[in-house]
Amino acid sequence: MDLAARPLAAVLVSLLAAALLPLAGRRPAVREAITFAAAGLKLALVASMLPAVLDGQAIESARLPLAAGLTLGFRADALGLLFALTASSLWLLTSLYSVGYLRAAAPSRQTAYYVSFAVCLSATVGIAFAANLLTFFVCYEVLTLATYPLVVHAQTEEARSAGRRYLVYTLGAGQVLFVAIVWTETVAPGVDFTPGGFLAGRAEAGVLATAFALFIVGCGVKAAIMPLHGWLPAAMVAPTPVSALLHAVAVVKAGAFGVVRIVGYVFGVDVLRATGADTVLVVAAAATILIASMRALGEDHLKRLLAYSTIGQLSYIVLGAALGSVAALTGAMFHIAGHGFMKITMFFCAGALHTQAHRDGVHGLDGLGRQMPVTMTAFAVGACGLAGVPLLAGFIAKWNLGVGALTAGDEIIVGVLVVSGLLNVAYFFPIIYDAFFKAPTPETAGAREAPWPMALPLGVTAAVALVLGVAPSLGFRFFALARLAAESVVAGSGGLP
Amino acid sequence: MSEHLPVLIVVVPLSAAFVVPLLGRRSSGAAHIVTLGALAATLVAASVALARVLRTADGVWRYELGGWAPPWGIEYVLDPLSGGMSVLVAGLALAAAIYAGPYLRTADPDRIGLFDSLYLLLVAGLLGIVVTGDLFNLYVFLEISAIAAYALLSTGGDRAAVATFRYLLVGTVAASCYLLGIGYLYALTGTLNMADLSVRLAAADESTATAVGVGLIVIGLAIKAAVFPFHGWLPDAYTYAPPPVTGFVAAVMTKVSAYALYRVLYFVLGAEPAAASALVFLGWAGVAAIVAGSWLALAQSDVRRMLAYSSVGQMGYIIFGFSLGSPIAIVGALFHVLNHALMKGCLFLVTGGIRWRTGVSSVAGFAGLGRRLPLSATAFALAAVSMVGLPPTAGFFSKWYLLLGAFEAEAWVGVAALVGSSWLSAIYFFRVLERLFVGADETTPAPERRDLPFGMLAPALALAVVVLLLGLFHQPVVTHLLERALPPTVS
Amino acid sequence: MMPEFLDASTVQYLQAAALLLIGLYGIVARSHLLRKLMAMNILQVAVIVFFIALSTKSGATVPVVPADAVDIDPAAYVNPLPHALMLTAIVVSVSTTGVALALLIRIRRRYGTLNESALLDRLRE
Repeated sequence: MDLAARPLAAVLVSLLAAALLPLAGRRPAVREAITFAAAGLKLALVASMLPAVLDGQAIESARLPLAAGLTLGFRADALGLLFALTASSLWLLTSLYSVGYLRAAAPSRQTAYYVSFAVCLSATVGIAFAANLLTFFVCYEVLTLATYPLVVHAQTEEARSAGRRYLVYTLGAGQVLFVAIVWTETVAPGVDFTPGGFLAGRAEAGVLATAFALFIVGCGVKAAIMPLHGWLPAAMVAPTPVSALLHAVAVVKAGAFGVVRIVGYVFGVDVLRATGADTVLVVAAAATILIASMRALGEDHLKRLLAYSTIGQLSYIVLGAALGSVAALTGAMFHIAGHGFMKITMFFCAGALHTQAHRDGVHGLDGLGRQMPVTMTAFAVGACGLAGVPLLAGFIAKWNLGVGALTAGDEIIVGVLVVSGLLNVAYFFPIIYDAFFKAPTPETAGAREAPWPMALPLGVTAAVALVLGVAPSLGFRFFALARLAAESVVAGSGGLP
Repeated sequence: MSEHLPVLIVVVPLSAAFVVPLLGRRSSGAAHIVTLGALAATLVAASVALARVLRTADGVWRYELGGWAPPWGIEYVLDPLSGGMSVLVAGLALAAAIYAGPYLRTADPDRIGLFDSLYLLLVAGLLGIVVTGDLFNLYVFLEISAIAAYALLSTGGDRAAVATFRYLLVGTVAASCYLLGIGYLYALTGTLNMADLSVRLAAADESTATAVGVGLIVIGLAIKAAVFPFHGWLPDAYTYAPPPVTGFVAAVMTKVSAYALYRVLYFVLGAEPAAASALVFLGWAGVAAIVAGSWLALAQSDVRRMLAYSSVGQMGYIIFGFSLGSPIAIVGALFHVLNHALMKGCLFLVTGGIRWRTGVSSVAGFAGLGRRLPLSATAFALAAVSMVGLPPTAGFFSKWYLLLGAFEAEAWVGVAALVGSSWLSAIYFFRVLERLFVGADETTPAPERRDLPFGMLAPALALAVVVLLLGLFHQPVVTHLLERALPPTVS
Repeated sequence: MMPEFLDASTVQYLQAAALLLIGLYGIVARSHLLRKLMAMNILQVAVIVFFIALSTKSGATVPVVPADAVDIDPAAYVNPLPHALMLTAIVVSVSTTGVALALLIRIRRRYGTLNESALLDRLRE
């Protein structure tokens, strides 16, 4: 296939799958075959763009013209490809996991489930490859809508109220983002994302700062920056693969990705420095990191604990974007991939504990390390990675963030990173200790290891988290992509080296 | 034949309206088929005429009725604006008439001929308003459509009769205001032809009489268009009317009055200071309508009433866009006329169908119906998402252009109203969607799946699909049609 | 004898205005639906009077021109166009009234009253 058509094709392939899935009716084999074919094809398409993008090219598909000089279009650059690679490889694994999970849990409305999942992935890759703000927003809102059926999948009163809360937060933020984007359109009509931003000198500092605030609120809800995070712990009522997708891949990451896009490709680091908005964002991110970690410490429901952990971890990405040096941006962008693999491991494990051991809390997991060795080992790897233990993916991100903070002269940030790491250890370690060093209780003794469609994906993601920590540029070259994107942003801003 | 297309657009439904009741006495089936045929022919005539207008360089097709030269004779004017509007009216008329078939066969099979006759009169009246180039002729068509609408709306039951009587009083006051306003302009200029009048008014001195005339015309049409605070007649009239009538009337009728307002204010009175003041007033009325309509819709427990109040708010979007007066805002408003007609038509058709099949129309009663009527519910969901203004549906893009226009004009109150109302409409529409799709209790056995009959389902689904496609592929509509429908003073 | 400032056209103008206000007042203030309808008719008559007043000229005659007339003086005839317009308006007014009366008959049969407040009570039941 023509290289230029690939970004568009990568977006459309799962949409096509979504259109085909209802035709499969009640035949699960056909349904799963369609999903896997689409996921595999999508990953292949995205990965095939890697060499060209690493060469510094941006691959651009044909645009769909709208009125008044506006277009919808997709373009694969280094940052977009990094996110798209993460999303599409995790979709393949999540699909496999879903097969195992939904067979073990109560199967109902599976077609709707797979369709929503496929649309979510189209929207996510669309967000990654969006060439301008309008395209970004269209995909962003489609993601909001497509995720709603997944949140309310259980159809219980709790699920419905979580769905309501989710919509109120995300659609409200969508309107704020909408206003910000329309404003941008009036000062810079029809301009694409540009490394280093395109708003410098187009408006007064006060106006720019206001617009930036609107953008951050608009993306911050999905990225769950405190105090805009309220929907996320509530949304944990969704089936576990959905939580995995929501947290590690789609919604939340789209928000964090949006913050990076807007800081790096709309405003530019220099503009933010000039307005002082970067300091506000750094403080908000640092506060979110600490508060979220403390909230996680007091949480006894495993998935909600992971939700708070996500809130904290995503603020690393926001923090890196706000610091704005090459090292900090690299760390932030790399964390999009790194956190994706680590957090999805954790959710996969939580799901396995739910179906195999019927455990949803953080207590009472005694001895499960022996009953479910693969699951609990993967869990330990993910937890250590999130805490920032060296030789794991999380460390690479934290190290670069720390370097960036020191370059910018923000020693306090290094302290925040260290404290957050310690808090991570504090809330994950008791779980690991119980699982490996306590004798099984009567409730846990009967638990069996997860079936292979669940065990394989979580093993793979844990292994990737390990590999990324040792050789961050192996395989999909996540680190190289992050570095490339960060350098282009900083060079475009003409700011700090 | 083809040189008579502009008048055929009105004459075909009008003459069919006289044939159908006679035919209906023998065979109601034949009467309905003739109705559908006439409406299809009207749609074809309107489309062909529009295509021809768009191909010409100046984009105006003037037709002298009965060979009398204007300004003494009446002329029909087809330009991209009236041509596009007539295609919209004819298209929705056909969709709602197809929908009416299964409904009437169960509700009132003996009087299909009479119903169809009134319906055709209504369509002819609305199309007449759209194509005429004469202010008094516009009044006549306004009243033809109104009288037919009163009769049709009142067939919805006893409450409908009371609601319609109120609408009749208000509507007549509105039409009288409009007629009086024309009287002033006629006294000043001695002409009723729109094009001629605009030339002569521009030459005449500014006077209080012009201002009074313009004011009366604007108030008259604003009442007909249900612009806040003149919207009081609308909710009851829409709520109690029979489903096919509401589907068509709610989609098109207020929009045609808004079209007349736009036509008169920009094409006839474009140069008048009084028109500029009227636009300022309408802008604030529009903002108030957006806020009040969305707020009141939120408070309703009946889906039909909720949709009716949402119409009040959506008319506010359109009027607000017109009042801003910049090309992008007017394009947004015109695009919203099109979009709102499609999506509100779809929503009322589905809601009416659900009430027809299950007897419920309350928000609470919709619980779990997504599994009983999956395709209807899907059409409803698509149109609702477009009403909220979420991408990639058409409703998002008209809102995008409107907001862009509001930013350009630095109308911050309008920006806040647009955004706040989107948020409110998200709440009241998702409240319904949640009942439709999520409300079902797992323990009860799945209800029997029984969707609407094809004749009722197809029009609703078609409208929903158009709303979706128009979102992503609206560029030809905007560049070839809407941007050419801008008044000379603006473009 | 009329005072000086009240010439014929001003009187007609004031007459139309008075009818208009009477009509509006009746529609708003009367509680019986039939009276509202009659007020609506008065309102329509006001508009008709207004238009007819526009067409009159002092000293002019009916606009019937003999077939063999040459050198026609427009000032000698009243303007026929407003008359023609008002014929149409009268037709509209009669049709509207007809529909309204039909509605009132239905309302009366169903609810047994045409008094607005009594009707509202019945509707609430």
